[in-house]
Amino acid sequence: MLNARTAADPHAWLRRQARWSPWEVVFWLATIIPFYFFPTYLTLASQVAVTALFAISVDLVLGYAGIITLGHAMFFGLGAYFAGLLTKTGWGEPLSGLVLAGLFAALIGFLVSFIIVRVQHLALLMITLGLGLLTAELANSLGWLTGGTDGLQGVDVWPIFSRFEFDLWGYTAYAYALIVLFIGVVASQRIVHSSFGLSLRGVRENLTRMPAIGSPYRRHLQIAYTISAGLAGIAGAVLTQTTETVSLDSLSFQRSADVVVMLILGGTGRLYGAILGAAIFMIARDQLSGMNPQYWYFWIGVLLMVVVLVVPNGILGGLSRLVRGRGT
Amino acid sequence: MSEPVLKTESLHKSFGSLEVTRSVSIELPRGARHALIGPNGAGKTTLINLITGQLTPDSGRILLDGADITATPVAARVHRGLTRTFQINTLFPDLTPIEAVTMAVCEREGKASQFWRPLTAHAEAIGEAFEILTRLRLGDDAMRTTRHLPYGKQRLLEMALALATKPKVLLLDEPAAGVPKDESAMLFSVIAALPEDMTILFIEHDMSIVFTFATRIVVLVSGGVLLEDEPDVVRSDPRVREVYLGQAHG
Repeated sequence: MLNARTAADPHAWLRRQARWSPWEVVFWLATIIPFYFFPTYLTLASQVAVTALFAISVDLVLGYAGIITLGHAMFFGLGAYFAGLLTKTGWGEPLSGLVLAGLFAALIGFLVSFIIVRVQHLALLMITLGLGLLTAELANSLGWLTGGTDGLQGVDVWPIFSRFEFDLWGYTAYAYALIVLFIGVVASQRIVHSSFGLSLRGVRENLTRMPAIGSPYRRHLQIAYTISAGLAGIAGAVLTQTTETVSLDSLSFQRSADVVVMLILGGTGRLYGAILGAAIFMIARDQLSGMNPQYWYFWIGVLLMVVVLVVPNGILGGLSRLVRGRGT
Repeated sequence: MSEPVLKTESLHKSFGSLEVTRSVSIELPRGARHALIGPNGAGKTTLINLITGQLTPDSGRILLDGADITATPVAARVHRGLTRTFQINTLFPDLTPIEAVTMAVCEREGKASQFWRPLTAHAEAIGEAFEILTRLRLGDDAMRTTRHLPYGKQRLLEMALALATKPKVLLLDEPAAGVPKDESAMLFSVIAALPEDMTILFIEHDMSIVFTFATRIVVLVSGGVLLEDEPDVVRSDPRVREVYLGQAHG
């Protein structure tokens, strides 16, 4: 296989790296299954889609740019509250709400990015953790605005295109979440396969070398962090619009930590790993908490250890290794 | 001789009480092939770190084309044409050479912030990267993951990354470090084939290579310049002999 490539053309090779694989087509076809075969699980399915989009936003910074974060729920929650509060002002149109929520989260992300790119390792972990906790406490103390521990009630979202109402069974909700996820994945892939995406991988692979090849890598990281915050905000907004409520849980540390667990389960730096991790995590939580509501995290812990020890690149990393039959 | 491209004026650097660079003033004219030699711990890599900006001098100035760059950040110096390689491979293990060098070309051209344009649309950058790799005999390995390349080829990639920045001044920190003798001759033949107007300063321990490729030699001892002259003069200088023979016996 290696020999066959010796005379290969670099342009063609790079194009191949960005091409859709048949697996991706199969995957997206499979996302339609819940509509027909598991209609009782549509609510869970849309939660999986929302969480997957959130996980992808984290993958962009953690998996591609190598920025460790334990506070990304901050942007998810900001998007969720923004979308909820927007409907309370009397504007319930979902698509513009989604875009505005994303822009708001991106703006906050941009402001925060000035601190983020100045620190590394443990300090970075603490800063992201601290900012996440601060935001959650802020939302908690601003009860008049956010509803505090009761959550934000009375969110009224208009039908999509004034036509598709969010129904009780969750058909519209799942379709909506799925389409937003799809657009999110396509946009993320575009970013990942740009020259910018390549430079992000460069930062992750070797931070010391980047300035030595003339890279303003801090600016790259700021852009990546801003985009990621916006995407997380959009995910949060979808959750608000499909559930018509916002709780403090959307800003919680638990959410920030869970999403990192999902990425490690599915595999970082490959987008679909984020989706797979989110699906496994959410479905496992649903099934296991049905058996024993208190101890379900025990099994996630077991799974996490098995994955880290057996397939360090995550489940998708392990699978792609199996399929290709060699380590790349 | 014409105006020097790179010039240092009495550079000083101390780590605590240890003076690692003492009043170093050197000049590199355009197209220079200077060697920087000296025993271990003489401060050769520190000097390169100071010139390229990884370290900040305590005092003294660095001039590139007559402009003071003493306070200029590393990346900005690279954009002005001052690039280095590293003694210990400083590569991107999970990228392929074509990806890494294309990235360096895009960074040079200021195209690396374009997050909406596919990488493959930068066809010229990819072409240039492949041309550099081919010139450095890495064409056949351009699409292999860097971590799987043999060590000698990784040394070549180290140089390819630097060349992608289109340097006016290239500082090579032991380009052949850890490479077997026959391969290091190959590495230096690549260096010898670089454009004549590129100004090069290289650190190298193998004296036969130094005397073959250098037109001038700077001898650094205990952080200070002991001597700077043509190879024949340096070779016969008793102080240099003492430093090196003393090293050999110590």
